[in-house]
Amino acid sequence: MQFSGKAHKFGDDVNTDYIISGKYKFKTLDMKALAKHVMEDLDPNFYEKVSPGDFIVAGTNFGCGSSREQAPLAIKYADVGAVLAKSFARIFYRNAINTGLPVVECDTDQIAPGDELFVDLAAGVITNRTKRITLPIKPLPEVMIKILNDGGLAAHFRKYGGFNLG
Amino acid sequence: MGRTIIEKILSLKSGREAYAGDIVVASVDYVMGQDGTAPLAIRAFQDMEGLEVFDRERIAFVIDHSSPSPNEGVSALHKMMREFVRDKGFRLYDIGEGVCHQVLPESGEVGPGSLVIGADSHTCTYGALNAFSTGVGSTDLAGGMISGRMWFKAPETIKFVCSGVLPPGVYSKDLILHLIGDVTADGATYMSSEYTGEAIAAMSQEARFTISNMAIEMGAKAGLMEADEKTFAWLRRFTKREFKPVAADRDAVYTRVLEYDVSKFEPQVARPHRVDNTAPVSKEAGKPVQQALIGTCTNGRLEDLRIAAGILSGRKVHRDVRLIVAPSSRRVFLDAMAEGIIQSLVEAGAAMVTPGCGPCVGTHNGVPSDNETVISTANRNFKGRMGNSNAEIYLASPATVAASALTGKITDPREFI
Ligand code: SF4
Repeated sequence: MQFSGKAHKFGDDVNTDYIISGKYKFKTLDMKALAKHVMEDLDPNFYEKVSPGDFIVAGTNFGCGSSREQAPLAIKYADVGAVLAKSFARIFYRNAINTGLPVVECDTDQIAPGDELFVDLAAGVITNRTKRITLPIKPLPEVMIKILNDGGLAAHFRKYGGFNLG
Repeated sequence: MGRTIIEKILSLKSGREAYAGDIVVASVDYVMGQDGTAPLAIRAFQDMEGLEVFDRERIAFVIDHSSPSPNEGVSALHKMMREFVRDKGFRLYDIGEGVCHQVLPESGEVGPGSLVIGADSHTCTYGALNAFSTGVGSTDLAGGMISGRMWFKAPETIKFVCSGVLPPGVYSKDLILHLIGDVTADGATYMSSEYTGEAIAAMSQEARFTISNMAIEMGAKAGLMEADEKTFAWLRRFTKREFKPVAADRDAVYTRVLEYDVSKFEPQVARPHRVDNTAPVSKEAGKPVQQALIGTCTNGRLEDLRIAAGILSGRKVHRDVRLIVAPSSRRVFLDAMAEGIIQSLVEAGAAMVTPGCGPCVGTHNGVPSDNETVISTANRNFKGRMGNSNAEIYLASPATVAASALTGKITDPREFI
């Protein structure tokens, strides 16, 4: 999987209430509608600013808080290509992979707002085209690569009729 | 090589020796979804081409987050849950029955050695019953509903050894806030945590739930305790079922062991907007509050209401404060009524809301206004958590919240006991 786009930067501990604000969660299953409000409490114009394939780039513990899958789904439906962070909260990380949103652990200090990035998941590297440097990606556990390659856990289940992670 | 509690439970449920770092597919004993996560799980269930659930006796949905429904959108989702449950034939806990994390332990389905997945991040609560229970998202939940299984990476464990005796006016909530402040909000990410020592042993089972409930606030996947006579006594009220406790081996390997002498602990608050932004109550004392909340899966149990009533009884809530009380379950509500606790709370000026999440998650039942300050017994004070990102939330024990509701400002509860 390869992606290219611009970096939108956020800080540490971006929690699920920031990703999708309390005002909107739980009311609807229309993820396109929720996506319009993604990251709103941190950046009111985020949805307008982001172009398809752009990246959310953050610090440590991205996605901490709730288990709600509305969080990765809203990001995905806002057409964000991937989330890059120094570390992720565990449940968010699983949910992202399960729903087919690529999440990448790397040293995000080397990325500035607006930097043009090229992410090659298979090769395990990010090229920061603006800064002309490459950054290694911390590899995903193999089971997660398998689920992501299948297109998420639902697709994995459709393909195998259950878990096939042996 | 010795094993931690979580390594043992994962070994037991996967049929292979599991140590930290190993990936296993394990069978689950119980699967739970609530109204914030179940609708997406139903969709994922369909997307996975699921036909039936793996075992009707071992799945439940709970309607607690927006309960009763505050608007049409939520009503439609509740209806979808009710129809799905009726069709598949498993258990639904509808409005008024309580918060999932109280209802499930009370169901008697979860106990020592169980493996539980719940589509709610505070599913780690049942760690206090010596169960490995953990929060998952809707897609994992759907996978669990269909297959009765789930994949896990066996985590490393941090052990917290709490010795000494908690001083009067200092509770398990203060203890866990102290620990979270110490290790920070991501100090245990990807890890399990174990709580042990004489301070934990001395605590009631109800007080222990508060600690395991907040394990996720340091990023942990689980917050485990060993089972003792108190655990079994608590469970016997709800079930005749036998459980086999799982203890850590003496030579189990921990990534960190942290020791605390709790006799030095003071009442704590978590200041806006982070749970690990903790301080002794004395540091924030005097800050005016407009709303106080006693309830939630952290501190809405009988013992919590009893502690609050002990402070509020015969007194009146400050006229500038709205005190909201949400018992964590119908059982708790009934017990508190029988003991006269509800009478005392309402006479003091409390507004009772339906057993459930109440205003904890910002969908209804007391959304604060701009520039208001709330003091709450919940587990999260994120910006916007209670439905308004221009409000501030402080977290504290039921005693601190009750004392603050009386004075209209953040108050050390030791003034009232
Ligand atoms: S009471 Fe609050 S923290 Fe607990 S399950 Fe409900 S919304 Fe979540």
